[in-house]
Amino acid sequence: MTAAGWSAALAFFGIVALLTKPLGGYLARVFEGQRTPLSPLLRPLESAIYRVCGVREDAEMTWYEYAIALLLFSAIGFAYLYVLLRTQAWLPLNPQHFANLSPALAWNTAISFTTNTNWQFYSGESSLSYLTQMAGLTWHNFVSAGAGIAIAVAVIRGVARSQTCRLGNFWVDLTRACLYVLAPVAFAAAIVLVWQGVPQNFSPYRQVTTLQGGAQTLTGGPMASQEAIKEFGTNGGGFVNANSASPNENPTPLSNLLELVLMFALGAALTYTYGTMVRDTRAGWALFTTMAILFFFGFAGAYAAEAAGNPLVHQLGVAGANMEGKECRFGAGASALFATVTTDTSCGAVNAMHDSFMPLGGLVTLANMQLGEIVFGGAGSGLYGMLGFVVLTVFIAGLMVGRTPELLGKKIERREVQFAILAVLVTPVLSLLPSAIAVMVPAGLATLGNHGPHGFSEILYAFTSTNANNGSAFAGLGPNRFYDYATGANMLLGRFAVIVPMLALAGSLAGKRAVPAGPGTFSTRSAVFVALLLGTIVVVGALTFLPADALGPIAEQLFLRHGVTFR
Amino acid sequence: MSYDRAFLVAAGRDALRKLDPRWLWRNPVMLVVEAGALVATAYAALAAFEAGRRSAGFDIAIAAWLWVTVLFANGAEAIAERRGKTQADALRRTKSDTRARRLHDDGSIEVVASATLRKGDRFVVEAGELIAADGEVIEGAATVDESAITGESAPVVRESGGDRSAVTGGTRVLSDRIVVRVSVNPGESFLDRMIGLVEGARRQKTPNEIALSILLAGLTLIFLVAVATLTPFLHYAGREPDTVVSIALLVCLIPTTIGGLLSAIGIAGMDRVMARNVLAMSGRAVEAAGDVDTLLLDKTGTVTLGNRQAVALVIAEGADAADAAGAAYLASLADETPEGRSIAALAARLGASGVQPADATVVAFSAYTRMSGVDLADGTALRKGAPDAVLGWIRARGGEPARDLGEHVDRIARAGGTPLLLARNATALAVIDLRDVLKPNMAQRFARLRAMGIRTVMVTGDNPLTAATIARDAGVDDFLAEATPEAKLRLIEREQRLGRLVAMTGDGTNDAPALAQADVGLAMNSGTPAAREAANMVDLDSDPTKLIEIVEVGKQLLMTRGALTTFSIANDVAKYFAILPAVFAAAYPVMHSLNVMHLATPQSAILSAVIFNALIIVALIPLALRGVRYEPKGADRVLLENALIYGVGGLILPFVGIKLVDLLLVAFHLT
Repeated sequence: MTAAGWSAALAFFGIVALLTKPLGGYLARVFEGQRTPLSPLLRPLESAIYRVCGVREDAEMTWYEYAIALLLFSAIGFAYLYVLLRTQAWLPLNPQHFANLSPALAWNTAISFTTNTNWQFYSGESSLSYLTQMAGLTWHNFVSAGAGIAIAVAVIRGVARSQTCRLGNFWVDLTRACLYVLAPVAFAAAIVLVWQGVPQNFSPYRQVTTLQGGAQTLTGGPMASQEAIKEFGTNGGGFVNANSASPNENPTPLSNLLELVLMFALGAALTYTYGTMVRDTRAGWALFTTMAILFFFGFAGAYAAEAAGNPLVHQLGVAGANMEGKECRFGAGASALFATVTTDTSCGAVNAMHDSFMPLGGLVTLANMQLGEIVFGGAGSGLYGMLGFVVLTVFIAGLMVGRTPELLGKKIERREVQFAILAVLVTPVLSLLPSAIAVMVPAGLATLGNHGPHGFSEILYAFTSTNANNGSAFAGLGPNRFYDYATGANMLLGRFAVIVPMLALAGSLAGKRAVPAGPGTFSTRSAVFVALLLGTIVVVGALTFLPADALGPIAEQLFLRHGVTFR
Repeated sequence: MSYDRAFLVAAGRDALRKLDPRWLWRNPVMLVVEAGALVATAYAALAAFEAGRRSAGFDIAIAAWLWVTVLFANGAEAIAERRGKTQADALRRTKSDTRARRLHDDGSIEVVASATLRKGDRFVVEAGELIAADGEVIEGAATVDESAITGESAPVVRESGGDRSAVTGGTRVLSDRIVVRVSVNPGESFLDRMIGLVEGARRQKTPNEIALSILLAGLTLIFLVAVATLTPFLHYAGREPDTVVSIALLVCLIPTTIGGLLSAIGIAGMDRVMARNVLAMSGRAVEAAGDVDTLLLDKTGTVTLGNRQAVALVIAEGADAADAAGAAYLASLADETPEGRSIAALAARLGASGVQPADATVVAFSAYTRMSGVDLADGTALRKGAPDAVLGWIRARGGEPARDLGEHVDRIARAGGTPLLLARNATALAVIDLRDVLKPNMAQRFARLRAMGIRTVMVTGDNPLTAATIARDAGVDDFLAEATPEAKLRLIEREQRLGRLVAMTGDGTNDAPALAQADVGLAMNSGTPAAREAANMVDLDSDPTKLIEIVEVGKQLLMTRGALTTFSIANDVAKYFAILPAVFAAAYPVMHSLNVMHLATPQSAILSAVIFNALIIVALIPLALRGVRYEPKGADRVLLENALIYGVGGLILPFVGIKLVDLLLVAFHLT
């Protein structure tokens, strides 16, 4: 590890921390319907959208109406993308004349983008038309992130409000998230990326002859516009298969920093939005602190592992960090940082191959996702996922104070515990069970790139990543129909099996009366609470995976020490 | 409480009986352990018959310790129930079958067994007889010995009408004859319910217990998946997983400590309530007591001693001090109320003496006249009473009261006293200053309540001035003056609208609506059946301050659950480090380096974890029964301390414990 590597990470995190309050405050204003600097420009457009769509702006929804609106919206979005993928050959803006996707791959891809996962079993530059990328994928990059933010805001309202059954209007929240938050930031970021050299065109790919005389295809297309929202909406689906490792998607250190900041910005800002909307900003900062601690632990682990390098390579006389699967221009530090950030959030964009990380570095990326993407997390999903853990922690620890546990004055009772544990159950149960099925059926083992513990890590990573709606991959695992359908189903469950109980939890909390705090009430802003929350997350969220992880990356690391590798 | 041999044998028998899955299904955590024990036993049996199988001894040991784990958990519940039973039996002895003389509408009397009395029946009790059932005195008055249920040896008066009309089955009438109307059907009395609650038979889970059970079931499911998927994962790694080892891992990871002790904690909580001579209708009520935000306390009997004392005689303008004292003495001689006696005593101290003239006519106090006094044979009339009433009486006789009277009256009222006006014929003589006497040590108790986050509101019929002074002297946070039953009810509703949980004590029939509306209503045993029915707890000692202790029991109940849950979950970290290397050592021998505790062999590591897991349940039974100590220090402080003890302690202790068990296993060559 170098001072430069650490100072880059600290500088990056400093920027995120500085952005948290202004962006979070802005989000709160947007979703509380207050005027913002962008209102003069966007308000007419917003009203026009409601008029055209017949949305009544002031008609708020109960939790199940909200959930049904989201499910309906997602179902239609899925069907739309599925049709687009199955018909792209006959549609315009397809200069490379790509064919239609197979049903299995279209199902997988359509779900992948509807659920904000962006798991890629396809290779963007060699199978998707510009129309599909722009009107299909980029559309979902916006609305799936927008839907995530809307859910987070609805859940926050559940905590903040009392004695109501209404959580807001899904259509309004979705529109505002896209219009006031995602579009302006993505637009500005895209301009910066274009300035840094990311392509933004509709040209066919260029065939060039390299200096050495070889033939090379230069990919073109509307990349910068997709790149910006890819990071900011924590989508992660690259325009090209190499994702942010490609010089086209991520050309410079500045673009790399920007992409990192974009990934964390929303997750961090939403903690402040939470604090503002529940009228206890310190409670919001407590969540921020918890997430920051988990982030730095992860980064330290990944960076240490990558910087230490591979002992087997060292034996060959090559000293230094593990550089397999990394861009030389990023090196161990920036790669470990990107890998930590992309798996902390549900982004899944990569600037290095996680598959090639040292086993312990890979363990960090795996473990980050196993926590359920709550370390800043996905657009919206990070916050509502974290609130599930908050409710459980408040319940367990709050009892120790000698009162029925309260979250900001709301009693945590049977229904709340039930919905929180349901939401928290999803990640461990739906990552481990399908992995177990995969290692038992021939189709699950057919496309493994490696064997032994590393092959197992690839399977575990695939189902953890899809379940957590991350979308990054241990690239060794190839697609087949089993994985197309299995990971597809897993992405669906990973998103909606968490959202529905969390909305139900919010609905239940919203209906409660808030008890004014007294000296006997338990506060969710203290250092003790942060420590207890961390404990709950680690023991309930992470240690559950310890047996499985032990058979994957941990075993691999131990074998490596004895000089054993797996092909 | 020490446990003798017979007690432990009985509890052990109960523990065995509770192995029945039909009983155990209420506790999903222990049900999983039992299922694991069954499967492990089957494997052990197979291994024993399979010649040469190396692990038979190990399988048998694991199976045995899993059964022990279930038995320990059952034992904890059984001990809690047995303790409750011991207490309940003492109560029940008072309910032993008695005869009752049932009164028919036509006036005829029939002797029946007390068990056949139904709600609404009337029966007659005379001196020396036991009261056959709970009920209300509808005719007559009697002294009753209630020591059987309260332990208080002084007899109490129970009479028809008023707030002292309730009698409890099993108590003995010492004098006179009363007619009682039965207020409950057999099996439904407070005593019956309480016995059911502590015996566990009719115990319903409280809301918080249900929520915690759901959490524990969820955690169990997570760990079940984590362990069950290990079998295919190990299979992938080229190893045949050992089912018994998987079961051992599962049992160690699921929250058996809290799962095993959860119901014991609840029963013990009820038991602690009963040990304070309070009967609770449900565990829910006790739990709610822990959450109380606002406590309504009747001034009389709670904040102050029941009776006011005369402390000064303020002489009216133009009256003579000695003459006024003499008049006060004479006017109060026949007054047997504590206030009246205190006036006579005060007058005597001021020099008055003498006896009541034989020909005097006593004018008793009535709610209508609001004064009392004597009419002497010479035509002299003496009156003392509420100032406005006495002033009216003076004016009616053509007198004009001294002008400074109003000032005196106001000053006494402002200072927290109750002014009584003393008059002879048409002349006001003096104002008597009656003062409430605060109960000793109440200020400390209110400070303690404040530290718990509970606001105390004193409820009194006094005027606002008097009430404010007493409230200030006593140290309560707020007061409700000139309280009517409706005002009380409105106050409770207002507090509840603000999201606060309200507790109150009461004894009168007019308290019943407020008692019913309050989240926690504690009725006095001496109160009316209406009050007792509306409340969800009854204090057999009729001590309104008892509510404070019940609040603490409720808090302890929740704290104990939280502490043991935290402890149980924190334990998992060490168990992972003990068992996982052992589980994987066969598949990947390199994993041995994860054995940070340096446990002797894989078998000893797993066995040590299982043994520790079982023993910790026994070790924590006393804590579960006693409850975590509650000190009102502010939530953050309490949280920090308990998080350190049960969270950090729970993290470290099993590392030490498992290592110790492992060392012992090695020392005794048991591996």
